[in-house]
Amino acid sequence: MRPTVVSVPVYLDHAATTPMRPEAVAAYVEAAAVVGNPSSIHSSGQNARRVLEEARESLAESLGCSPIEVIFTSGGTEAINLAIKGLFWARNGRRILVPGGEHHATIDTVEWLQRHEGAAVDWLPLDPVGRVDISAASAAFVDGEPIALATMLWANNEVGTLQPVTEVAALAARAGVPLHVDAVAAFGHVPVDAAQVRRASQSGAGTGLVALSVSAHKIGGPVGVGALVLDRSAVLEPLLHGGGQQRQVRSGTQDVAAAVSFAAAARASVAELADEASRVRLLRERLVAGVRSAVPDVVVNGVDDASARLPGTAHFAFAGAQGDSLLFLLDAAGVAVSTGSACQAGIPEPSHVLLAMGRDEATARTALRVTLGRTTTDADVDAFLAALPSAHAQARRAGLS
Amino acid sequence: MSGGVDSAVAAARAVDAGHDVVGVHLALSRMPGTLRTGSRGCCTIEDSMDAQRAANLIGIPYYVWDFSERFKADVVDDFIAEYSAGRTPNPCMRCNERIKFAALLEKALALGFDAVCTGHYASIVTDADGNRELHRAAAWAKDQSYVLGVLTTDQLAHAMFPLGATPAKAEVRAEAAARGFSVASKPDSHDICFIPDGDTRGWLAERVGAQTGEILDRDGAVVGSHEGAHAFTVGQRRGLQIGTPAADGKPRFVLEVRPKDNTVVVGPKEALDIALIAGSRFTWAGLAPADARTPFECEVQIRAHADPVAASAVVAVGPTGGDELVITPHVPLNGVAPGQTAVVYVGTRVLGQCTIDRTVSAVPVAL
Repeated sequence: MRPTVVSVPVYLDHAATTPMRPEAVAAYVEAAAVVGNPSSIHSSGQNARRVLEEARESLAESLGCSPIEVIFTSGGTEAINLAIKGLFWARNGRRILVPGGEHHATIDTVEWLQRHEGAAVDWLPLDPVGRVDISAASAAFVDGEPIALATMLWANNEVGTLQPVTEVAALAARAGVPLHVDAVAAFGHVPVDAAQVRRASQSGAGTGLVALSVSAHKIGGPVGVGALVLDRSAVLEPLLHGGGQQRQVRSGTQDVAAAVSFAAAARASVAELADEASRVRLLRERLVAGVRSAVPDVVVNGVDDASARLPGTAHFAFAGAQGDSLLFLLDAAGVAVSTGSACQAGIPEPSHVLLAMGRDEATARTALRVTLGRTTTDADVDAFLAALPSAHAQARRAGLS
Repeated sequence: MSGGVDSAVAAARAVDAGHDVVGVHLALSRMPGTLRTGSRGCCTIEDSMDAQRAANLIGIPYYVWDFSERFKADVVDDFIAEYSAGRTPNPCMRCNERIKFAALLEKALALGFDAVCTGHYASIVTDADGNRELHRAAAWAKDQSYVLGVLTTDQLAHAMFPLGATPAKAEVRAEAAARGFSVASKPDSHDICFIPDGDTRGWLAERVGAQTGEILDRDGAVVGSHEGAHAFTVGQRRGLQIGTPAADGKPRFVLEVRPKDNTVVVGPKEALDIALIAGSRFTWAGLAPADARTPFECEVQIRAHADPVAASAVVAVGPTGGDELVITPHVPLNGVAPGQTAVVYVGTRVLGQCTIDRTVSAVPVAL
């Protein structure tokens, strides 16, 4: 039989998941040996609890919040579901304000609330670079019937555009509306400080920025753990009922090893952030320049200004070439990239982010996302640029059908 | 790779034969079901996962390619349009013609592949001059050459059917089990994949709209009513609401569906006997006969699992002035509906096919 593990020499899909940091692996292995349920009363339980709470304190410091505000979850998706459904169920209003081009964890959650719980979803438009249109948002906050909540990305996970989080939080605060921010793609890659946003936006009790979602595996932590930063003043119904752990907001035995490993990955990411962002930004600039010279009619999506985008995300539209053809041909050449979004069955769909940015469906099928990360080297960029011209020529011959 | 046992074994055999193989699962619906229900349907997420697991075991890369738009336009909408026009289409055939050996093949060739390899039970034989011929599979009970009868020379040049020489399906299942495939005992899929509950009539009624209409006998007398002509197919006996019994008391069958005036014509079983079929949309699978304008002996098959019937065939100018393939069976065919495909065989070889436009009854109206 052939080997069942195929090694991928060039990995440029760090936004999907990024390799675990050695310190996160070491922290996980060490904490996995700790005996005891952190909710148990005996001294074994107390010891596990101590290790868990130290992780919570460390993660809180990395996020700019209090330890009591860190609710560990099974990942970004659960954190987002908890925030959106939990805030909706705790409020009287029906409306949810949400920009187009959000992650599916948000889109599918608000659409579920629309179908099953009577929510009225107001989709806020994106501008052509993928940023929430602030004047439309401003109007939406003051018009119409009561708003249950608003939700938005910190940084778009496909095109990498940073969002006007503080401005929207200020609008929400003024309107007395709670805001959830999905910072899964942003945390550890650009500065994310919940307290700083609350101060700058004059967020109040239960209004403005009250909830923020993050995930461990996007920053070199393990898959299967995330967190919701939930302000003390936020009023929210839980998704899970049971033992009442974590402020009764998220029942379920707490995963000490995952929390410790997440905290280790967050510490390292935040400590290295400035240097690593500059390093990755340079690699990205070289990659984008190389793509532009190989394919002059390529469109680079998102913001040009390096300070207004994720450092490692490059998103392209290759006119006349289908994204999934390019993905296949680059994969065959040993380079792993993404078309941006994929459902469970792996069916490539037109980029809903490009559609929300006003592109047509044909263009949205030509999307290719290349994301760089901590382990990316000059050699990876070289390999991508070496493989691209023939892959692109062949994908264009295959056309858009 | 559909997620079934046949395509999994076909892929494994292609790898064993030394080919550089990539597994591709066709996404034919934008909203695939999650789980299979019994033996019905295909292209669910569960099927996709089964296909991926087989590809993992074989050790080949695996991708899902989205042909949902093409499938909707070329197969599903065509199916609805054909039924609406009173014809009985074969969507699997249409899928082979327009998707598997057209859209998929074109994309594969453009991406640098040489051929589409499937788990169909059929054989490709290359003659002394290097021309490719399509033949029946060794396993006659599973033979699928009928639904491949639409393939042209160009399509056959880029097709591979590694299961064609296998004497029985049981052997394929045994091989799948020996290779460790979880799908070794997965039930065969049946029916039309885009109608997962198997209720073709209900599915069509939702899309075509149901309107009460008349059931007539061959003399034009009203003998009953129906809930929409599209729900009927020539040769059908069950489900007819006939108030007036036949003079001879024998059961009556659908002889004709007239969608334009939403009527269904019924009559005795003998009236289903067809003496001649013809179609203007015909193709040759491989080399065309040297002189198709001179009648030649062949066999004709009008359904995927019908027995072939001895016939003669000829290309001639039809009533509308264009060429058509005219097939005269030596014994009358029973229950032929316009829209069906007539596949012409010489021995085990598929010579070609036509979509049936018109039929001539073996029994005159004045019975």
